[in-house]
Amino acid sequence: MPTPIPTAVSSSGDAGSTPLVEMVGIDKSFPGVRALSQARLELRAGEVHALMGENGAGKSTLMKILSGVYSRDTGTIRLNGQPVDIVSPRQAQDMGIGIIHQELALMRDLTAAQNIFIGREPRRFGLLDEGALNRDAQAIFDSMNLRLEPTVKVETLTIARQQMVEIAKALSYKSRVLIMDEPTAALNDAEIAELFTIINRLKAEGVGVVYISHKMDEIKRISDRVTVMRDGEYVGTVPAADTPIETIISMMVGRTLTNEALDIPNTAANPVALEVRGLNRGRDIRDVSLTVRKGEILGLAGLMGAGRTEVARAIFGADPRDSGEIWVNGQRVGISSPKDAVRAGIGYLSEDRKHFGLATGLDVRNNIALASLERFSGPGGVLNDGAMREVAEKYIRQLSIKTPSDTQEARLLSGGNQQKVVIAKWLLRDCDILIFDEPTRGIDVGAKAEIYKLLNALAEQGRAIIVISSELPEILRLSHRIAVMCEGRLTGTLPGGSSQEEIMRLATQREPAMEMRHAG
Amino acid sequence: MTDTAATPAKSGVRISGAFHRLLAFSGLIALVVVFSLASPNFMQTQNVLAILQATSVNGVLAIAATLVIITGGIDLSVGTLMTFCAVITGVVLTYLGLPLPVGIVASILAGTACGLVSGTIIAKLKVPPFIATLGMMLILKGLSLVISGTRPIYFNDTPGFDQIARGSLVEAVLPAVPIPNGVLILFGVALLAAFVLSKTALGRYTFALGSNEEAVRLSGVNVDRWKIAVYALAGSVCGVAGLLIASRLNSAQPALGQGYELDAIAAVVIGGTSLSGGRGTVLGTLIGALIISVLANGLRILSVAQEWQTVVTGSIIILAVYADILRRRTL
Repeated sequence: MPTPIPTAVSSSGDAGSTPLVEMVGIDKSFPGVRALSQARLELRAGEVHALMGENGAGKSTLMKILSGVYSRDTGTIRLNGQPVDIVSPRQAQDMGIGIIHQELALMRDLTAAQNIFIGREPRRFGLLDEGALNRDAQAIFDSMNLRLEPTVKVETLTIARQQMVEIAKALSYKSRVLIMDEPTAALNDAEIAELFTIINRLKAEGVGVVYISHKMDEIKRISDRVTVMRDGEYVGTVPAADTPIETIISMMVGRTLTNEALDIPNTAANPVALEVRGLNRGRDIRDVSLTVRKGEILGLAGLMGAGRTEVARAIFGADPRDSGEIWVNGQRVGISSPKDAVRAGIGYLSEDRKHFGLATGLDVRNNIALASLERFSGPGGVLNDGAMREVAEKYIRQLSIKTPSDTQEARLLSGGNQQKVVIAKWLLRDCDILIFDEPTRGIDVGAKAEIYKLLNALAEQGRAIIVISSELPEILRLSHRIAVMCEGRLTGTLPGGSSQEEIMRLATQREPAMEMRHAG
Repeated sequence: MTDTAATPAKSGVRISGAFHRLLAFSGLIALVVVFSLASPNFMQTQNVLAILQATSVNGVLAIAATLVIITGGIDLSVGTLMTFCAVITGVVLTYLGLPLPVGIVASILAGTACGLVSGTIIAKLKVPPFIATLGMMLILKGLSLVISGTRPIYFNDTPGFDQIARGSLVEAVLPAVPIPNGVLILFGVALLAAFVLSKTALGRYTFALGSNEEAVRLSGVNVDRWKIAVYALAGSVCGVAGLLIASRLNSAQPALGQGYELDAIAAVVIGGTSLSGGRGTVLGTLIGALIISVLANGLRILSVAQEWQTVVTGSIIILAVYADILRRRTL
């Protein structure tokens, strides 16, 4: 499938002068994974350069190398034409390279101001000068047009406000190169507009900004050039304004995507498998009610921190709830622990498989049998290994889990196959209601399609499925219905095949009181 | 508008953060009231001073433990390090016959050096704090016995050594309240530690490390260096405890020490410092240490068998942490 790949092109700005940053031929391997192969990036002063690619394409890895978090295996980095070695975050900062990490890197027990100036606290007579610290932080907030108390503890802030603290911190470095790794993941439209104002000001001051985002409209709005990566490799660099979105997408996926029409089965007549009424938990979950029918895939969408995982965990009994009823197949069930949920036929596949879903040290067979061990217990509690093997082999075939044998340690499987092992575990336990939390996180592109197929097959067999995903294309591709959350509330339910814009509108629909905070 | 939105959240945390200390403090007051009602002897000056004196060693050790625990670490070696420092003082003063100030400096330096070693093992070799300080606990216990030849070292040749903890400078001014020097030293160490935690960069990084070590690293801070510094500071505080206990016993008892670390950690926990790091106060730890000694003293006055005292202390530790969990749940 040959795709015309545009190579480096000139764009606005003075292409003739020395670029601010040049990364050429960068390789990076982690044990068992080749993360980058001959990756490259050129950033000019005063430009916003979007770095795009699917999950796992290597964008964050490349930027962690530029900011001194990782060291490269091979390749050259030039700063203003001079070859440099960047060995630590501190050194990167000293060179004027600042980064806003994708995962919020804040110290929850410290105040906003203390977080911003960690490592560079103003001192007086050798002692910390809290007054100056708070004044300096206030000055940055003012310049961002952000109304925030410097002395407020970070743990009391919403995710969106924490994100703003991160941005303030990056700004405080007065960096010449500023890397933003998905800075808008938790922001609403007004906040994004403010961020863009700040970015445009930095740009005018000659700062080079690397902007990582999945959101096409943002890329179009803010960036000058776009570099696309795929599978750890450089694909090409194109001007943002003149390149159609379709071209960028085909560069990202390596082929032209046809708009696959979603086949939404009519499940309206099916019996309701799971109904949640008036679920509440602190300020994380506020009066959430939803239903899933047999054979239906319900997408649960929302920004980071909207409370989707919290809802899943509360349904599953992993966290206590303040109030709310859970009905399974028309019966009210009391769920106060995961054990109760499993007995009611609910399986939860967590966001973080390694920590919660999979016993990575155990083999495939034992992982599949883990939730159903009583079934294999003979007299005296001795496990029937033969029966376990038979069942494990059945699921390995059925779900086409790629493993040399059922005695392979689960940690040695790829992400997609690990996910399948967890699915097998719940299927064996007769769970007909399955909640998938970010089912394709950390899974490569090819395996994603297989997981999608599997989810569709599970629905066709009459199981009720909830899918939580931060990736809107994934939600749109899978969901028969889409429930959208914002700040703990369910802000609406959309039919499958709705547009990204409709979802985003609901995902940023904050309560008026919350909105006022930001209006300042 | 922002201010109105942010302020309640802020004060909310302040209240809940102070809540635990308040709880510990009211617990302490309640104990004092109960024991004074139960026995007229309890509130007598002599007994109150005895309680304070009994708190001094554990209090100082608990302050050392607090520093480390706020970073999200743990130090199991505080007890045997204290003994090791006492033995070193004995060697310097009794075996070598050097003057008293040299002995004092030697104790504190020995503590600092051992803290540096623990900190380096933890920060550079990445050995988990529990294991590293468990190892150090046994190493120091053994070294104390080896150096002393398993025999106590007495300070009879160093006049005034026992006055470090047992004398009373206050008595000269206020004869009615002869507060022992050991108690003054405890309060001095507490003030100093509180100052370091709130006013210095070291204190800031202590909290920051316990809050999110990776974030501190990503901020370009030399995490290893500061972590080692915290353990070294805790070690020097153990050196002070070594002087206190040696002075009180007028001897360095090499077999002593093991078990003190658990009392110290108990005081920290009762005082509301989180074992997961990031939060904690010296004041809370002082209150925690006082609760333990008031309890021991009061139960003894009421002629409760010593075996039962440990049962009660154990229950209070669990209750204190459970109260903290309840608080978090309602946050």
